[in-house]
Amino acid sequence: MTNGNRLNGGLIDRSTNLNFKFDGKNFSGFQGDTLASALMANGVRLMGRSFKYHRPRGVLTAGSEEPNALVELRSGGRQEPNTRATVAELYDGLSANSQNRWPSLERDFMAINDRFSNFLTAGFYYKTFMWPKAFWEKLYEPVIRKAAGLGSLTGEDDPDAYDKGFLHCDLLIVGAGPAGLAAALTAGRAGAQVILAEEDFHLGGRLIAETGALADVSGADWVAQTQAELAGMGNVRLMPRTTVFGAYDHGIYGAVERNADHLAMPAEGKPRQTLWRIYSKRALITTGAIERPIAFENNDRPGIMLAGAVRAYVNRWATTPAQSLVVFANNDDAHQTARDLIAQGVKVPAIVDTRPDAPDVEGTEVLKGAEIINTSGRLGLTSVQVRTDKGFTRDLHCEALAMSGGWNPNLGLTCHQRGRPVWNADIHAFVPGEEGLPVGQIVAGAAKGDLTTDAALQGGANAAVTALSDLGITATPADLPAAQDAPVSLSPFWHVKGAKRAWLDYQNDVTVKDVKLAHQENFTSVEHLKRYTTLGMATDQGKTSNVGALAVMAELTGKSIPETGSTIFRPPYTPVAMGALAGRAVGKEFHPTRLTPSHKWAEEQGAVFLEVGNWLRAQWFPRKGETHWRQSVNREVLQTRNSVGVCDVTTLGKIDVQGADAAAFLNMIYANGFAKLPVGKVRYGLMLREDGVAYDDGTAARLAEDHFVVTTTTANAVLVYRNMEFVRQCLCPNMDVQLISTTEAWAQYAVAGPNSRKLLQKIVDPEFDISNEAFPFMACGEITVCGGLRARLFRISFSGELAYEIAVPTRYGDGLMRALMEAGEEFDVVPYGTEALGVMRIEKGHATGNELNGTTTALNLGLGRMVSTKKDCIGNVLSRREGMNTPDALALVGLKPVDAKDTLPAGGHLMNLTGPVDAAHDQGYVTSTAYSPILNSSIALGYVKGGFDRKGEQLRLVNPLEGQEVLVEIVSAHFVDPEGEKLRA
Amino acid sequence: MHKLKPITPLGSDTPRQDVIGTITITEVVDQALASVAARTDQGATVRDAMSDKTGLALPDVGKSAEVGPYSAFWMGPDQWMITAAHDSHELLAAELKSSLGDKASVVEQTDGWCRFDVAGAALCDLFERLCNAPVRTMKPGAAIRTTAEHLGVFLQRLADDRIAVFGPRSSAGSLHHGLVAAARSVA
Repeated sequence: MTNGNRLNGGLIDRSTNLNFKFDGKNFSGFQGDTLASALMANGVRLMGRSFKYHRPRGVLTAGSEEPNALVELRSGGRQEPNTRATVAELYDGLSANSQNRWPSLERDFMAINDRFSNFLTAGFYYKTFMWPKAFWEKLYEPVIRKAAGLGSLTGEDDPDAYDKGFLHCDLLIVGAGPAGLAAALTAGRAGAQVILAEEDFHLGGRLIAETGALADVSGADWVAQTQAELAGMGNVRLMPRTTVFGAYDHGIYGAVERNADHLAMPAEGKPRQTLWRIYSKRALITTGAIERPIAFENNDRPGIMLAGAVRAYVNRWATTPAQSLVVFANNDDAHQTARDLIAQGVKVPAIVDTRPDAPDVEGTEVLKGAEIINTSGRLGLTSVQVRTDKGFTRDLHCEALAMSGGWNPNLGLTCHQRGRPVWNADIHAFVPGEEGLPVGQIVAGAAKGDLTTDAALQGGANAAVTALSDLGITATPADLPAAQDAPVSLSPFWHVKGAKRAWLDYQNDVTVKDVKLAHQENFTSVEHLKRYTTLGMATDQGKTSNVGALAVMAELTGKSIPETGSTIFRPPYTPVAMGALAGRAVGKEFHPTRLTPSHKWAEEQGAVFLEVGNWLRAQWFPRKGETHWRQSVNREVLQTRNSVGVCDVTTLGKIDVQGADAAAFLNMIYANGFAKLPVGKVRYGLMLREDGVAYDDGTAARLAEDHFVVTTTTANAVLVYRNMEFVRQCLCPNMDVQLISTTEAWAQYAVAGPNSRKLLQKIVDPEFDISNEAFPFMACGEITVCGGLRARLFRISFSGELAYEIAVPTRYGDGLMRALMEAGEEFDVVPYGTEALGVMRIEKGHATGNELNGTTTALNLGLGRMVSTKKDCIGNVLSRREGMNTPDALALVGLKPVDAKDTLPAGGHLMNLTGPVDAAHDQGYVTSTAYSPILNSSIALGYVKGGFDRKGEQLRLVNPLEGQEVLVEIVSAHFVDPEGEKLRA
Repeated sequence: MHKLKPITPLGSDTPRQDVIGTITITEVVDQALASVAARTDQGATVRDAMSDKTGLALPDVGKSAEVGPYSAFWMGPDQWMITAAHDSHELLAAELKSSLGDKASVVEQTDGWCRFDVAGAALCDLFERLCNAPVRTMKPGAAIRTTAEHLGVFLQRLADDRIAVFGPRSSAGSLHHGLVAAARSVA
């Protein structure tokens, strides 16, 4: 194809030829083109199919408000659906496909929908697919979704990276048109920290789309000169290709910078896009205005465009949509389109102006007081039918039509905090309201309703002065070029009366008729209108359609437009890629990983790791010849119980508590008392929530009168610390107590088993006596190991064995593990993982998160007496509630199968031997199960109603979902060493 | 001298250094850390005692200070992190505790943290992609608590072209990954 519609001039680089593909055909364009401008230059008008009726569609606009020309860009994992061809920057090798058509764009089978348009009216889904109800999910919805809809997802992973970042500024300026540039010059020269964000890749806005916007210099030249000055200022950050999509609380704005969408693919390590969170002290919205279409019969054919967009294509991209073009407008501004085209030698057979008093234009005929009543052309416009002021009908041959119903200030970002626009009768459009603007936001230029270039320039500069003066920065308005200042001359005209199918919302195929139907069916409020007709939804969010539809509704209800309602916008302003929202937090990087001090060593041993929150913990350590995880676990348990095992328990939370009131503080956070705990001793502690339910347990070691180390479960380390800070800062602010986490600072290993002391005696320096007499059960102390390294030793046991936990500074954790293994060789020491840890604690009847499950109390756990009545503590009062202290309250018990060969399923419920199996007869439930290699049997912990008094009783453990039923006997939860002799040995 | 060999937060015998474009990321392991929190109503006493002992004027909110082998940054009301060379001050916490007595709660924090010093001209571009700290307006001597790579971290601006980032030691690998990814992004 050739660039047959290419004109002279423009801001394209004709020396850089770019080859691209559209629907498999080869085309070429120039650097500076968009996909839309390049296709237009190549004579392509048909670019897509409409959402519902599959009507042929071409480009309507020249910006991000485009409803029609949606394409699938790129292929494979990089395929992106619903991309507006008007903002897709051309690059060499670009490949795009039309969407929502089959088998081809020219011959689309689903265009049959258009024939049934009488049935496919607004609300037709709701009326048609009501019956039978069950068909909706399985049949109707899938079929409708397949038939309607826009682009398709690739299904492959996006191979590109997306960054996220944070920016800070005094003044964020959104939009680099005349107002934005004038503001940036003013603020930049005043020394303020300025961010100027522009969604286009070229700064300038309408200045580069219009001829004669400035009096003595071309718009493009002034933009280039201004850009150069701003780029030289260290305090101004120019951000082209950056769409500010949302205004959030406290002056925070969301923006997407398209770093590499204009390249075939991002460079190695570079992001495709960056999602910025911009913290602004003030924000100036200079987002310009969006032209509005006029609704008339068949106003959606390819070739029918907005007049201002045509000028942008002609002047910026040096291309015309066709060689012959008619203008249809209700204002003077659109006449410029005809003048620009005529100057480029394009035929303009006529300007159809709805105003009887429209001015004349040299070089073409102005049909005053006339309207376009229909159009022809199956895949592109061939002619328009005009009704003249005298009532005659006239056909005008043309391949394109430039229409304009006036301009709407681009209000998106002004509404994101529920700001309600107000009607401005001078320009017949909504402008930002005084109230409801996001905090710190100012609006200037066309976005505020100042629709001339001169007013935009002055308004931008003045707004910057105002914004900065609020911040105590003195600025003077920048000197600005003389500019076009003709008053807006417009006579409101929304739709041609009598039209049957006149499109308001191109993207969602909403016509004037649909609005009438909504009115007829009493969906007259703006919000109902939107939802009933789908007006203003999808990628363009009604940027070109909302006000037009409102005007039609106003006419139908006999009210004025502002009385009918106003429309507001929500973020995002334009679609944001999911990848940008995810940023770098994808795959393994979805959350940070925490490694234990022995991780490197465990990896060398071939450990199998388990994710526990962010931690990776060794689950078991397979040995040669072991084919099933339970073989490894059984071995680890038996070896530990028979001799000695070592487990990395660094992940348990450690919170350092110091201060004169440290003991009193612990009394407050634990249900049981700590005030009298002697120095050098550890105590088990239970923490309650405010509502009296138990939520965490652990130990607290008293290292000095005013110094404790509290340990928490791995899962609750952060929660407990947060709660302790809350108590410290808010509930007990008068206590002298200081907290800090030391979880990471110490590598801590459990050394358990009958030979644990012997092993430790080889590690602990000889001056420290750790014999049973000198260092009994629940002792703790600060010691040295391996020839002088400071360490902490706690004689505590989770496994039920004679056991210790030993801690050294984390950097030595790897070395200590290796030293323990070496020293333990003579005892056949074994490392054990979380599975063996779990088996041993179930054998011992120790609770974990399975038992402290957010519904269980100290009483349920068999620890009711731990809740001290002699002191106050968090949860104390509410734990005494009557309902939580009934005789048949759930009680933590052990369960073993009556037939030792049976396996106890986890999560099952317990029922009496006879009677129905249902919730009403539930006797309790199983919380933890394990195979005990010591007992050669499956065992379980669970809660049974009144269970402490039911030992020896048999129950059915049922799992109705999978048809399981096992006979179990209630036993003590302490399967191993119930008297605690081992751990005191 | 004890016989246990230390490893770095990234799990190696020697600190890691990455040079990516103009950015250099260095794992720093030669600093001992201790937190100092003044006991109730002892803020002024602790400041005086620290000044006498180390010469450090304990910094105010958002600031750090450095004198001789010692450096400090503000962590919270009447709470600071003190650092000093590990070789000569491995027992920094004990050293400070003996000076401050029951005027302050002192806790060894050396191995609670990993530290990466990031240097290079594109420093601010890098940190803008990692955290919401206003790095461009943070002068040398500024210190701030923020989040990076979903982790709670401290940033200390050491010089115009150098920032130290302190993060949780167990997540050193994740933090390092985030730093490297951001460095590649801006390199």
